[in-house]
Amino acid sequence: MFVGPLPAEEASLAGNYSAEDKYKIWMRHRYKDCVGSLAELMGHAAFQVKELSLCTLMKFVELEARYPLIKVEWKGSLTFPRELLKVVVDGLLPINEDSSLLISRFQEYMEYDDIRYFVIKAVTENIGQVMQKTKERPLPFYQQNVFALISPINMPNKECDMVKFMVKQVCLTHCLQFCFKAHRQAFEKMWLSFLKHKLPTGLYKKVLVILHDSILPYMNEPTLMIDFLTVAYGIGGAISLLALNGLFILIHQHNLEYPDFYKKLYSLLDPSIYHVKYRARFFHLADLFLSSSHLPAYLVAAFIKRLSRLALTAPPEALLMVIPFICNLFRRHPACRVLVHRPNGPEGMSEDPYIMEEEKPSESRALESSLWEIQSLQNHYHPDVAKAAAILNQSLSEIEDDISGLLELSAYELFDKEVKKKAIDVPLEFDQVRGLFGKKNDIFAEHFTLDGCDLL
Amino acid sequence: SSRARCEAAETRVVAPGHAGLGGAALPNPFEVKVNRQKFNILGRKTKNDVGLPGVSRSKAIKKRTQTLLKEYKEREKTNVFKDKRFGEYNTKISPEEKMIRRFTLERQQNYGKKNIYNLNEDEELTHYGQSLAEIEKLNDIIDSDSDTEERGTLSAELTAAHFGGGGGLLRKKASSGQLDEEEEKPKSRKELIEEMIAKSKQEKQERQTRRESALELTEKLDNDWKEIQTLIAHRTPKSERKDKEVEKPKPDEYDMIVRELGFEMKAKPSERMKTEEELAKEEQARLQKLEADRLRRMRGIDEQVNNKKPSHISADDLADGFILDKDDRCLLSYKEEEEEEGGKEDNENEEESEEESVNEDEEDVAADSHSDLESDLESEEEATGNKEQKKHKTNENESQNVKELDPKMEAAKSELPYTFAVPESYETFKSLLAGRTIEQQLTILERIQKCNHPSLAVGNKAKLEKLFGFLLEYIGELATLDLPELRTIDKLVLPLYNLCQMFPEAASDSVKFILRDAAHDMAEVIEVKGRATFPGLDTLIYLKITSLLFPTSDFWHPVVTPAFMYMSQLLTKCRITTLQDVIKGLFVCCLFLEYVSLSRRFVPELINFLLGVLHISLPKKQAQGYTVVHPFTPVGKNLELLLVCDKKDLESWQKQNLPLSTVTRLKETSTTEINHIRLSCLALCFDLIKKCASLYESLPSFHEIMHPVRILLAQHVTRFCNEWYHSALKELENKVKHYTPLICEKKKPVPLKQYTPKIVKVLEFGRKQGGSKKEQERKQLIRKHKRELKGAIREIRKDNQFLARTQLSEIMERDSARKRKVKELLGSLATQEGEWKAMKRKKGKN
Repeated sequence: MFVGPLPAEEASLAGNYSAEDKYKIWMRHRYKDCVGSLAELMGHAAFQVKELSLCTLMKFVELEARYPLIKVEWKGSLTFPRELLKVVVDGLLPINEDSSLLISRFQEYMEYDDIRYFVIKAVTENIGQVMQKTKERPLPFYQQNVFALISPINMPNKECDMVKFMVKQVCLTHCLQFCFKAHRQAFEKMWLSFLKHKLPTGLYKKVLVILHDSILPYMNEPTLMIDFLTVAYGIGGAISLLALNGLFILIHQHNLEYPDFYKKLYSLLDPSIYHVKYRARFFHLADLFLSSSHLPAYLVAAFIKRLSRLALTAPPEALLMVIPFICNLFRRHPACRVLVHRPNGPEGMSEDPYIMEEEKPSESRALESSLWEIQSLQNHYHPDVAKAAAILNQSLSEIEDDISGLLELSAYELFDKEVKKKAIDVPLEFDQVRGLFGKKNDIFAEHFTLDGCDLL
Repeated sequence: SSRARCEAAETRVVAPGHAGLGGAALPNPFEVKVNRQKFNILGRKTKNDVGLPGVSRSKAIKKRTQTLLKEYKEREKTNVFKDKRFGEYNTKISPEEKMIRRFTLERQQNYGKKNIYNLNEDEELTHYGQSLAEIEKLNDIIDSDSDTEERGTLSAELTAAHFGGGGGLLRKKASSGQLDEEEEKPKSRKELIEEMIAKSKQEKQERQTRRESALELTEKLDNDWKEIQTLIAHRTPKSERKDKEVEKPKPDEYDMIVRELGFEMKAKPSERMKTEEELAKEEQARLQKLEADRLRRMRGIDEQVNNKKPSHISADDLADGFILDKDDRCLLSYKEEEEEEGGKEDNENEEESEEESVNEDEEDVAADSHSDLESDLESEEEATGNKEQKKHKTNENESQNVKELDPKMEAAKSELPYTFAVPESYETFKSLLAGRTIEQQLTILERIQKCNHPSLAVGNKAKLEKLFGFLLEYIGELATLDLPELRTIDKLVLPLYNLCQMFPEAASDSVKFILRDAAHDMAEVIEVKGRATFPGLDTLIYLKITSLLFPTSDFWHPVVTPAFMYMSQLLTKCRITTLQDVIKGLFVCCLFLEYVSLSRRFVPELINFLLGVLHISLPKKQAQGYTVVHPFTPVGKNLELLLVCDKKDLESWQKQNLPLSTVTRLKETSTTEINHIRLSCLALCFDLIKKCASLYESLPSFHEIMHPVRILLAQHVTRFCNEWYHSALKELENKVKHYTPLICEKKKPVPLKQYTPKIVKVLEFGRKQGGSKKEQERKQLIRKHKRELKGAIREIRKDNQFLARTQLSEIMERDSARKRKVKELLGSLATQEGEWKAMKRKKGKN
């Protein structure tokens, strides 16, 4: 086949090439047509067709890499069919169609380090082009596809890990190994260009969930993510909770200074924290953030008070976790013990001094209050919760409770535990039954009737 | 010499102990070896302080000669001794038979060719190998006067003397008398025989006197009996005649009369019937006790305290197990007794107690019929009649219990069989009840229970336990019908309750099983879809039944606590998309309230749900000042589910009870009706809030809990002018706000560590205490094994020594024999030589 820059078909026919060259040029043109139609077929309706065309194209990529169509000007230059790969990536990322199946099929090629590198580059390019075209309008399907393609990317940890190449080219391997940093840089660039644009909420959450363990560690400059994370943290709700994890890594490992971090954390506490899916993650981080013994007492007291106030609406599995959590806070910050023990306090207050609506923990007057909420929870219907709450009545032991096992507690686990308990004997109701709603002062009898249809 | 003296002294100490054993052979004091203890240790049992080494050694040697030596001697012998005696080792044949068979065998052997020419048939008869002819010679002397009436029976001594060859007598003497040996020896045979004769005579005399006295006594007894009989029965002449004719009365008749007399003596005055007041009082006391019990369980903590109590013992404790805390005296009442008998049947229903009384009556009747034999036939007829009447009565009672039946049903009911077997499977159970009216179903269940009462047969308990499960399943099926038969369920709860009272364990297990299934289904749905839907009416009914069967106020209860957990999941995990969901949710709220009505426990889910219900009844706008939590969302599709905009509907609405069947299907289509249902739901919600308010009034953070609810109610103010609404709001606002700062419980002062010894019960000295039973057993086994091993090694060593000794003695014997022989030979040779020399000399001389 013709190697080197391809002349136009008509020109070549007219030009002064030999017959063999002409044939080669013609072949090259047919090959180009073939690639073009295969790229078109990537958008076909049937999945089999798509899959087949994808595989064929990838085969072409491999062959072209082995037998480059570009003239090698000097030994050791990079000869990878970037153009062809770009075509594949464009085909993989349709704008208004979900192509996650095809993408998952494509994942096997991403194992090869060279392909991964060039795909990353192609994706970055692609995002730039598409976003420019659509003028910042969010494209849910497109973003979904991009996320599906780039989220499972497995970056190598060390340079020596990079050994798997689709095409064994001595110079290329050499080059890439030197370009380990470049690899990372490409990766970083891709993510940044992806996250630069506005994301739908679901995708936002997904990105944040994988951020801390599959994106941040592979970036040359994780601090570039600060903007993204701060914005996410400011959004509120579950997104903020999830952004916390990334922020924590930045604060912890990259010396990020976050103004009013605790204030923000404080404002994150709302009734939904006990009900959302990411409860375990949030409390794990909150435990970390509040473990410092250098925090001022008013801050910790405000946290304790707010957590316990919110606990009044929490389900038992969350309560079983949060009560030991509060106990641990008391142990770390003995100055806060006034919340449970105020021997000479003012008698007969008519209001709780704590101001729930106050945004700033410093002005919530938490230290003047007492933990009446936990006292209320001592009357909780779940025996274990009641017992746990009763612990605060006594002076606490020195050793902290381990709450890591309680973080992931689910309601069904709790139920199962209760059902499996063996009872020695079963107490029985001694009131003689008089019917389904026959009890004295039965609430049901007041509001429900057994008869079906004659009413109404 | 000093050592000898010492030993002597110790033997003296030991001697009384041996004497105390009563006639045991006094050991030779020189044979006794005493292991002297240096220190006396209190409580230590010493086993080996005194030993008889000589005796035990000789015993051991004897044993070895009997066993080991024999083996040694026969070590190279392959011959085997065969015991060819017939049936010697066959235990199946009785000794007599064995003898007979042997005898026949012997006869057969002898009857060979040898005996062909034997003309005189008689052969010599032997006994114990001695010919009888010889023994007969001795017989002449003894027992010449044979006028004893008991022919053929000889006294034991006589037989022993005659047939035991005199040995038995001698042996007996030696063993019993412990007379001096010298005295025993010179007794000649004649003397012995004389003695024997005297003895037998004496025996005869005694026997006679005994018989006479017995006769006298029976005569006297007969006379007495005649006197008594005249008093009791008017058949004296006959009995007298009988007495005269036969000396002894017929045993069976006599026994019978005596026994009857005995029975009559035992009869006691029956207990007085209790008056109504007394019964009521007892009932009240019982209920009070049960209530106190319930309260104790509700607080929950006391249980643990009670459990711990026995470990603490005060100094004043008399250790007699008497604790004043609890009144554990049994209450003397009928019910209590029944409870104990019935095995925790807390509350026998009336039918059962009635049945028992019937049973008692029947027993009484049976006893009556047994007592008067005279009127046997008539009374028996009466009794059977009585029984029948009773049965009839009970049936009547049953029918009364089952409430008035309309006459048409009466006819149908008469076809019901009176006995039912417990159905083995759910299908048969269902077919039994299918097509029957509620009353009939109840009757059937009642009869099943009665016919298969656990006290009647062994397997009945398991069967009835199964019945509980079937009944539950049946109720569930009734509830899932398109048109739920709630009336039937309402009635079926009664037998369910009764069964539950009989078998608490089984009932709790089956209810738990149902709850687990339901929760498991929900967990699966959540895992797959991420959200759950409310379950059907049957699950709700099960939850309601749980509250009827078990006390819901307990701190922890094996059934109720899981039910709580399940209901909490219902209120937090299930999505609310339709009006039915709202009604179901409110039903669960009612359940929650009912569950905690006595214990006043705090249920956050309940408040959350009510808040959510209020939220969806308001027009869509930004929520202010409150936050709704899962399953309600501040924004989303299913808002305004309970919103009623139509003013007309608002005005035309009247408070109505919600029919439960709406839960399964909502057939009303007109908006007015749906609006009315919405309003009813709202009214229910208001009422529940009111109830919550009165329930949680005492909680310290009541206002914080109710704060969002109050905000929402305030928003409702513009839209409602209804009494329900106002009363709810008022209820919330009238509560006083009162906060007292918390104070920790005072820490108990930690007592100083005292070094008083820990007193532990010592079971055995010298053994390590503690460890589990298993560990102790293991240790004991190890110890035993060690001891046995040591013993075995010692035995083997001694065996070897013994063998070596015998071998040595054998060798020595052989050597000495050889020496002797050599000597003999040499001697004989020497004599020969001598003789030869002498001869030679003689010759020389000659």
